[in-house]
Amino acid sequence: MKKLSYPFAFASLGLLLAGAAFATQSSPIKVEHGWVRWLPANLPAAGYAVIRNDGDRPVKLTGADSSDYGMAMLHRSMQQHGKDTMAMVDALSIPAHGEIKLAPGGYHFMLMDATHPIKPGDTVHITLHFADGETLQATWPVKPANAE
Amino acid sequence: MTVSNLRLFLLPALGALLLAACSHAPPPWQLNDVRGHLPDLQFNLTSDTGKPVTAADFRGEYVMMYFGYTHCPDVCPLTLVHLHGVMQKLGAEADKVRILFVSVDPTRDTPQVLHQYVTAFDPHIVGLTGTPQQITAMAKRYRAAFNQDAQQSNGGYEVSHSSGIYIFDTAGHARLLGTSADTTDEIAHDVKLLVGQDS
Repeated sequence: MKKLSYPFAFASLGLLLAGAAFATQSSPIKVEHGWVRWLPANLPAAGYAVIRNDGDRPVKLTGADSSDYGMAMLHRSMQQHGKDTMAMVDALSIPAHGEIKLAPGGYHFMLMDATHPIKPGDTVHITLHFADGETLQATWPVKPANAE
Repeated sequence: MTVSNLRLFLLPALGALLLAACSHAPPPWQLNDVRGHLPDLQFNLTSDTGKPVTAADFRGEYVMMYFGYTHCPDVCPLTLVHLHGVMQKLGAEADKVRILFVSVDPTRDTPQVLHQYVTAFDPHIVGLTGTPQQITAMAKRYRAAFNQDAQQSNGGYEVSHSSGIYIFDTAGHARLLGTSADTTDEIAHDVKLLVGQDS
Protein backbone atom coordinates (compact mmCIF):
# COMPACT_ATOMS: atom_id res chain seq x y z
CA MET A 1 0.00 0.00 0.00
CA LYS A 2 1.22 3.49 -0.81
CA LYS A 3 2.36 5.67 2.05
CA LEU A 4 0.34 8.86 2.30
CA SER A 5 1.96 12.12 3.28
CA TYR A 6 0.59 13.57 6.51
CA PRO A 7 -1.04 16.67 4.99
CA PHE A 8 -2.72 14.48 2.42
CA ALA A 9 -3.79 11.99 5.07
CA PHE A 10 -5.37 14.74 7.14
CA ALA A 11 -7.15 16.13 4.10
CA SER A 12 -8.41 12.62 3.35
CA LEU A 13 -9.54 12.19 6.94
CA GLY A 14 -11.53 15.43 6.57
CA LEU A 15 -13.12 14.08 3.42
CA LEU A 16 -13.85 10.80 5.18
CA LEU A 17 -15.55 12.61 8.06
CA ALA A 18 -17.50 14.72 5.59
CA GLY A 19 -18.55 11.54 3.87
CA ALA A 20 -19.57 9.80 7.08
CA ALA A 21 -23.18 10.81 6.55
CA PHE A 22 -23.15 8.67 3.45
CA ALA A 23 -21.53 5.71 5.19
CA THR A 24 -23.89 3.24 3.56
CA GLN A 25 -22.41 4.16 0.19
CA SER A 26 -18.75 3.52 1.10
CA SER A 27 -18.09 -0.15 1.57
CA PRO A 28 -16.24 -1.38 4.65
CA ILE A 29 -14.91 -4.24 2.52
CA LYS A 30 -11.49 -3.93 0.86
CA VAL A 31 -9.91 -6.30 -1.63
CA GLU A 32 -6.11 -6.16 -1.52
CA HIS A 33 -3.07 -7.92 -3.01
CA GLY A 34 -5.19 -9.67 -5.64
CA TRP A 35 -3.46 -11.72 -8.35
CA VAL A 36 -4.03 -14.58 -10.75
CA ARG A 37 -1.71 -17.51 -11.37
CA TRP A 38 -1.62 -18.01 -15.14
CA LEU A 39 -1.63 -21.50 -16.62
CA PRO A 40 -1.12 -22.41 -20.27
CA ALA A 41 -3.44 -24.23 -22.70
CA ASN A 42 -6.51 -22.32 -21.45
CA LEU A 43 -6.42 -24.43 -18.28
CA PRO A 44 -8.32 -23.13 -15.25
CA ALA A 45 -6.35 -20.47 -13.36
CA ALA A 46 -6.51 -19.50 -9.69
CA GLY A 47 -7.24 -16.05 -8.26
CA TYR A 48 -6.01 -14.95 -4.85
CA ALA A 49 -6.56 -11.86 -2.66
CA VAL A 50 -6.87 -10.62 0.88
CA ILE A 51 -10.41 -9.50 1.67
CA ARG A 52 -10.68 -7.18 4.64
CA ASN A 53 -13.83 -6.22 6.47
CA ASP A 54 -13.49 -2.94 8.38
CA GLY A 55 -17.16 -2.95 9.26
CA ASP A 56 -18.89 -3.80 12.55
CA ARG A 57 -20.76 -6.76 11.10
CA PRO A 58 -19.52 -9.95 9.49
CA VAL A 59 -19.95 -10.15 5.73
CA LYS A 60 -20.30 -13.18 3.52
CA LEU A 61 -18.46 -13.63 0.24
CA THR A 62 -20.70 -15.71 -2.00
CA GLY A 63 -18.81 -15.77 -5.28
CA ALA A 64 -17.40 -13.81 -8.17
CA ASP A 65 -17.69 -13.28 -11.88
CA SER A 66 -15.41 -11.84 -14.48
CA SER A 67 -15.74 -10.50 -18.01
CA ASP A 68 -12.41 -12.21 -18.72
CA TYR A 69 -13.53 -15.72 -17.72
CA GLY A 70 -16.67 -17.73 -18.44
CA MET A 71 -16.83 -18.91 -14.85
CA ALA A 72 -15.33 -18.04 -11.46
CA MET A 73 -15.89 -20.48 -8.60
CA LEU A 74 -14.94 -20.18 -4.95
CA HIS A 75 -12.91 -23.27 -4.03
CA ARG A 76 -10.88 -24.56 -1.15
CA SER A 77 -7.88 -26.91 -1.31
CA MET A 78 -7.15 -29.13 1.64
CA GLN A 79 -4.63 -31.77 2.62
CA GLN A 80 -6.52 -34.62 4.26
CA HIS A 81 -5.38 -38.17 4.99
CA GLY A 82 -2.31 -37.70 2.82
CA LYS A 83 -4.37 -36.43 -0.08
CA ASP A 84 -4.77 -33.10 -1.82
CA THR A 85 -8.46 -32.39 -2.35
CA MET A 86 -10.46 -29.48 -3.68
CA ALA A 87 -14.04 -28.60 -2.80
CA MET A 88 -16.51 -25.96 -3.88
CA VAL A 89 -17.39 -23.39 -1.22
CA ASP A 90 -20.86 -21.79 -1.15
CA ALA A 91 -19.92 -18.82 1.00
CA LEU A 92 -17.07 -17.55 3.07
CA SER A 93 -17.68 -15.44 6.15
CA ILE A 94 -15.39 -12.53 6.95
CA PRO A 95 -15.64 -11.47 10.60
CA ALA A 96 -16.19 -7.85 11.65
CA HIS A 97 -12.85 -6.02 11.67
CA GLY A 98 -11.21 -9.13 10.27
CA GLU A 99 -9.87 -10.49 7.03
CA ILE A 100 -9.63 -13.70 5.07
CA LYS A 101 -6.77 -14.67 2.84
CA LEU A 102 -7.42 -16.41 -0.44
CA ALA A 103 -3.95 -17.91 -0.89
CA PRO A 104 -2.23 -20.89 -2.57
CA GLY A 105 -3.10 -24.16 -0.84
CA GLY A 106 -6.37 -22.83 0.65
CA TYR A 107 -9.28 -20.69 -0.50
CA HIS A 108 -9.09 -19.42 -4.09
CA PHE A 109 -11.21 -18.53 -7.07
CA MET A 110 -11.02 -21.08 -9.85
CA LEU A 111 -11.18 -19.05 -13.07
CA MET A 112 -12.30 -21.10 -16.07
CA ASP A 113 -12.96 -20.69 -19.78
CA ALA A 114 -11.09 -17.44 -20.50
CA THR A 115 -13.13 -15.32 -22.90
CA HIS A 116 -9.98 -14.16 -24.73
CA PRO A 117 -6.30 -15.16 -24.68
CA ILE A 118 -4.75 -14.20 -21.33
CA LYS A 119 -1.02 -14.18 -20.58
CA PRO A 120 1.28 -13.22 -17.72
CA GLY A 121 1.55 -9.43 -17.45
CA ASP A 122 -2.12 -8.88 -18.33
CA THR A 123 -4.66 -7.61 -15.84
CA VAL A 124 -8.10 -9.13 -15.38
CA HIS A 125 -11.30 -7.77 -13.92
CA ILE A 126 -13.04 -9.60 -11.10
CA THR A 127 -16.34 -8.70 -9.47
CA LEU A 128 -16.82 -10.11 -5.99
CA HIS A 129 -20.34 -10.82 -4.75
CA PHE A 130 -21.48 -10.63 -1.14
CA ALA A 131 -24.57 -12.06 0.56
CA ASP A 132 -26.13 -8.64 1.18
CA GLY A 133 -26.14 -7.96 -2.56
CA GLU A 134 -23.06 -5.78 -2.50
CA THR A 135 -20.53 -6.18 -5.30
CA LEU A 136 -16.91 -5.05 -5.42
CA GLN A 137 -14.83 -4.54 -8.54
CA ALA A 138 -11.17 -5.47 -8.53
CA THR A 139 -8.40 -5.52 -11.13
CA TRP A 140 -5.81 -8.22 -10.61
CA PRO A 141 -2.44 -8.74 -12.32
CA VAL A 142 -1.81 -12.06 -14.06
CA LYS A 143 1.47 -13.63 -12.92
CA PRO A 144 3.48 -16.50 -14.45
CA ALA A 145 2.72 -20.12 -13.52
CA ASN A 146 5.76 -20.33 -11.25
CA ALA A 147 5.12 -17.06 -9.35
CA GLU A 148 5.62 -17.47 -5.59
CA MET B 1 -0.14 -36.50 3.97
CA THR B 2 -0.87 -35.17 7.42
CA VAL B 3 1.79 -35.45 10.07
CA SER B 4 -0.23 -37.91 12.13
CA ASN B 5 -0.86 -40.08 9.08
CA LEU B 6 2.77 -39.98 8.14
CA ARG B 7 3.72 -41.04 11.63
CA LEU B 8 1.31 -43.95 11.56
CA PHE B 9 2.55 -44.99 8.15
CA LEU B 10 6.16 -44.66 9.15
CA LEU B 11 6.10 -46.25 12.58
CA PRO B 12 7.72 -49.47 11.31
CA ALA B 13 10.30 -47.36 9.48
CA LEU B 14 11.05 -45.41 12.64
CA GLY B 15 11.45 -48.62 14.60
CA ALA B 16 13.95 -49.89 12.05
CA LEU B 17 15.80 -46.61 12.23
CA LEU B 18 16.04 -46.77 16.01
CA LEU B 19 17.52 -50.26 15.76
CA ALA B 20 19.97 -49.04 13.15
CA ALA B 21 20.90 -46.17 15.44
CA CYS B 22 22.43 -48.65 17.91
CA SER B 23 25.26 -49.40 15.49
CA HIS B 24 25.67 -46.06 13.73
CA ALA B 25 23.90 -42.72 13.81
CA PRO B 26 21.37 -42.27 10.99
CA PRO B 27 21.88 -39.26 8.70
CA PRO B 28 19.99 -36.22 9.93
CA TRP B 29 17.20 -36.22 7.35
CA GLN B 30 14.63 -33.43 7.49
CA LEU B 31 12.07 -35.49 5.54
CA ASN B 32 10.82 -38.99 6.29
CA ASP B 33 13.35 -41.73 5.55
CA VAL B 34 11.46 -44.41 3.58
CA ARG B 35 14.46 -46.49 2.50
CA GLY B 36 13.34 -50.10 2.16
CA HIS B 37 9.68 -49.19 2.78
CA LEU B 38 8.58 -48.08 -0.67
CA PRO B 39 9.28 -49.85 -3.97
CA ASP B 40 11.98 -48.77 -6.43
CA LEU B 41 11.08 -46.37 -9.22
CA GLN B 42 9.50 -48.48 -11.95
CA PHE B 43 7.02 -47.53 -14.68
CA ASN B 44 6.07 -47.72 -18.34
CA LEU B 45 4.45 -44.40 -19.25
CA THR B 46 4.38 -41.69 -21.93
CA SER B 47 6.39 -38.50 -21.46
CA ASP B 48 5.13 -34.99 -22.19
CA THR B 49 7.05 -35.11 -25.48
CA GLY B 50 4.89 -38.09 -26.51
CA LYS B 51 7.65 -40.70 -26.20
CA PRO B 52 7.38 -43.96 -24.24
CA VAL B 53 9.53 -43.76 -21.11
CA THR B 54 10.48 -46.16 -18.35
CA ALA B 55 12.17 -45.64 -15.01
CA ALA B 56 15.42 -46.89 -16.60
CA ASP B 57 15.56 -43.61 -18.54
CA PHE B 58 16.06 -41.80 -15.22
CA ARG B 59 18.69 -44.08 -13.67
CA GLY B 60 21.69 -41.94 -12.81
CA GLU B 61 19.47 -39.01 -11.82
CA TYR B 62 17.90 -38.12 -8.48
CA VAL B 63 14.12 -37.97 -8.86
CA MET B 64 11.49 -35.93 -7.01
CA MET B 65 8.08 -37.37 -7.98
CA TYR B 66 4.65 -35.82 -7.43
CA PHE B 67 1.19 -36.96 -8.56
CA GLY B 68 -1.17 -34.29 -9.89
CA TYR B 69 -3.13 -33.09 -12.93
CA THR B 70 -3.25 -30.03 -15.14
CA HIS B 71 -6.85 -28.97 -14.36
CA CYS B 72 -5.57 -28.29 -10.84
CA PRO B 73 -4.98 -24.55 -10.60
CA ASP B 74 -4.08 -24.26 -6.93
CA VAL B 75 -2.35 -27.06 -5.06
CA CYS B 76 -0.48 -28.69 -7.99
CA PRO B 77 1.07 -25.35 -9.03
CA LEU B 78 1.84 -24.70 -5.35
CA THR B 79 3.79 -27.97 -5.14
CA LEU B 80 5.53 -27.48 -8.51
CA VAL B 81 6.53 -23.91 -7.55
CA HIS B 82 7.83 -25.39 -4.32
CA LEU B 83 9.94 -27.94 -6.21
CA HIS B 84 11.11 -25.18 -8.57
CA GLY B 85 12.25 -23.30 -5.43
CA VAL B 86 14.11 -26.43 -4.27
CA MET B 87 15.88 -26.58 -7.66
CA GLN B 88 16.97 -22.96 -7.30
CA LYS B 89 18.41 -23.71 -3.86
CA LEU B 90 20.28 -26.73 -5.21
CA GLY B 91 22.29 -24.51 -7.58
CA ALA B 92 24.65 -26.59 -9.76
CA GLU B 93 23.37 -29.84 -8.16
CA ALA B 94 19.98 -29.21 -9.80
CA ASP B 95 21.34 -30.67 -13.04
CA LYS B 96 21.52 -34.06 -11.32
CA VAL B 97 17.86 -33.89 -10.26
CA ARG B 98 14.69 -34.54 -12.24
CA ILE B 99 11.12 -33.69 -11.23
CA LEU B 100 8.50 -36.20 -12.40
CA PHE B 101 4.91 -34.94 -12.51
CA VAL B 102 2.69 -38.01 -12.89
CA SER B 103 -0.81 -37.22 -14.15
CA VAL B 104 -3.70 -38.82 -12.29
CA ASP B 105 -6.05 -37.50 -14.99
CA PRO B 106 -4.84 -39.31 -18.13
CA THR B 107 -8.13 -38.67 -19.95
CA ARG B 108 -7.61 -34.90 -20.09
CA ASP B 109 -3.82 -34.82 -19.74
CA THR B 110 -2.54 -35.47 -23.23
CA PRO B 111 1.25 -35.19 -23.66
CA GLN B 112 0.68 -31.81 -25.40
CA VAL B 113 -1.26 -30.21 -22.51
CA LEU B 114 1.08 -31.77 -19.98
CA HIS B 115 4.10 -30.39 -21.85
CA GLN B 116 2.78 -26.82 -21.78
CA TYR B 117 1.88 -27.18 -18.12
CA VAL B 118 5.16 -28.58 -16.77
CA THR B 119 7.48 -26.35 -18.83
CA ALA B 120 5.69 -23.30 -17.40
CA PHE B 121 7.14 -24.20 -13.98
CA ASP B 122 10.69 -25.51 -14.37
CA PRO B 123 12.90 -26.89 -17.16
CA HIS B 124 13.75 -29.97 -15.05
CA ILE B 125 10.17 -31.27 -14.91
CA VAL B 126 9.06 -34.23 -17.02
CA GLY B 127 5.32 -34.82 -17.26
CA LEU B 128 4.17 -38.45 -17.36
CA THR B 129 0.83 -39.76 -18.53
CA GLY B 130 -0.49 -43.09 -19.81
CA THR B 131 -3.52 -45.30 -20.03
CA PRO B 132 -5.85 -45.28 -17.02
CA GLN B 133 -4.58 -48.81 -16.22
CA GLN B 134 -0.93 -47.71 -16.31
CA ILE B 135 -1.65 -44.70 -14.09
CA THR B 136 -3.67 -46.77 -11.62
CA ALA B 137 -0.83 -49.30 -11.36
CA MET B 138 1.71 -46.52 -10.81
CA ALA B 139 -0.38 -44.85 -8.09
CA LYS B 140 -0.99 -48.22 -6.39
CA ARG B 141 2.73 -48.96 -6.35
CA TYR B 142 3.37 -45.83 -4.29
CA ARG B 143 0.16 -46.07 -2.23
CA ALA B 144 -0.80 -42.78 -3.85
CA ALA B 145 -4.51 -43.57 -4.20
CA PHE B 146 -6.49 -41.06 -6.20
CA ASN B 147 -10.14 -40.69 -7.07
CA GLN B 148 -12.14 -38.62 -9.48
CA ASP B 149 -14.72 -36.47 -7.71
CA ALA B 150 -18.31 -36.04 -8.92
CA GLN B 151 -18.70 -34.37 -12.29
CA GLN B 152 -19.90 -30.76 -12.19
CA SER B 153 -22.70 -29.27 -14.29
CA ASN B 154 -20.18 -27.91 -16.81
CA GLY B 155 -18.60 -31.34 -17.30
CA GLY B 156 -15.54 -30.46 -15.24
CA TYR B 157 -14.30 -32.55 -12.36
CA GLU B 158 -11.59 -32.53 -9.70
CA VAL B 159 -9.26 -35.37 -8.79
CA SER B 160 -8.21 -35.95 -5.19
CA HIS B 161 -4.66 -37.25 -5.14
CA SER B 162 -1.67 -38.00 -2.92
CA SER B 163 0.18 -34.95 -1.62
CA GLY B 164 3.46 -36.89 -1.31
CA ILE B 165 6.78 -35.79 -2.79
CA TYR B 166 8.70 -39.04 -3.36
CA ILE B 167 12.48 -38.79 -3.61
CA PHE B 168 14.55 -41.54 -5.30
CA ASP B 169 18.32 -41.95 -5.56
CA THR B 170 20.28 -42.54 -8.77
CA ALA B 171 19.72 -46.31 -8.49
CA GLY B 172 15.95 -45.73 -8.36
CA HIS B 173 15.61 -46.65 -4.68
CA ALA B 174 12.89 -44.75 -2.77
CA ARG B 175 14.71 -42.77 -0.08
CA LEU B 176 12.59 -39.92 1.29
CA LEU B 177 8.99 -38.82 1.49
CA GLY B 178 7.82 -35.26 2.04
CA THR B 179 4.98 -32.91 1.11
CA SER B 180 4.72 -29.26 0.10
CA ALA B 181 4.35 -28.59 3.85
CA ASP B 182 8.10 -29.27 4.13
CA THR B 183 10.04 -26.09 3.36
CA THR B 184 12.22 -25.73 0.26
CA ASP B 185 15.20 -25.49 2.62
CA GLU B 186 14.35 -28.84 4.23
CA ILE B 187 13.86 -30.59 0.89
CA ALA B 188 17.01 -29.03 -0.63
CA HIS B 189 18.98 -30.01 2.50
CA ASP B 190 18.02 -33.66 2.10
CA VAL B 191 18.62 -33.79 -1.66
CA LYS B 192 22.08 -32.25 -1.12
CA LEU B 193 22.77 -34.85 1.57
CA LEU B 194 21.75 -37.65 -0.83
CA VAL B 195 23.99 -36.25 -3.58
CA GLY B 196 26.84 -35.81 -1.07
CA GLN B 197 26.58 -39.43 0.11
CA ASP B 198 27.09 -40.70 -3.41
CA SER B 199 29.90 -38.44 -4.54
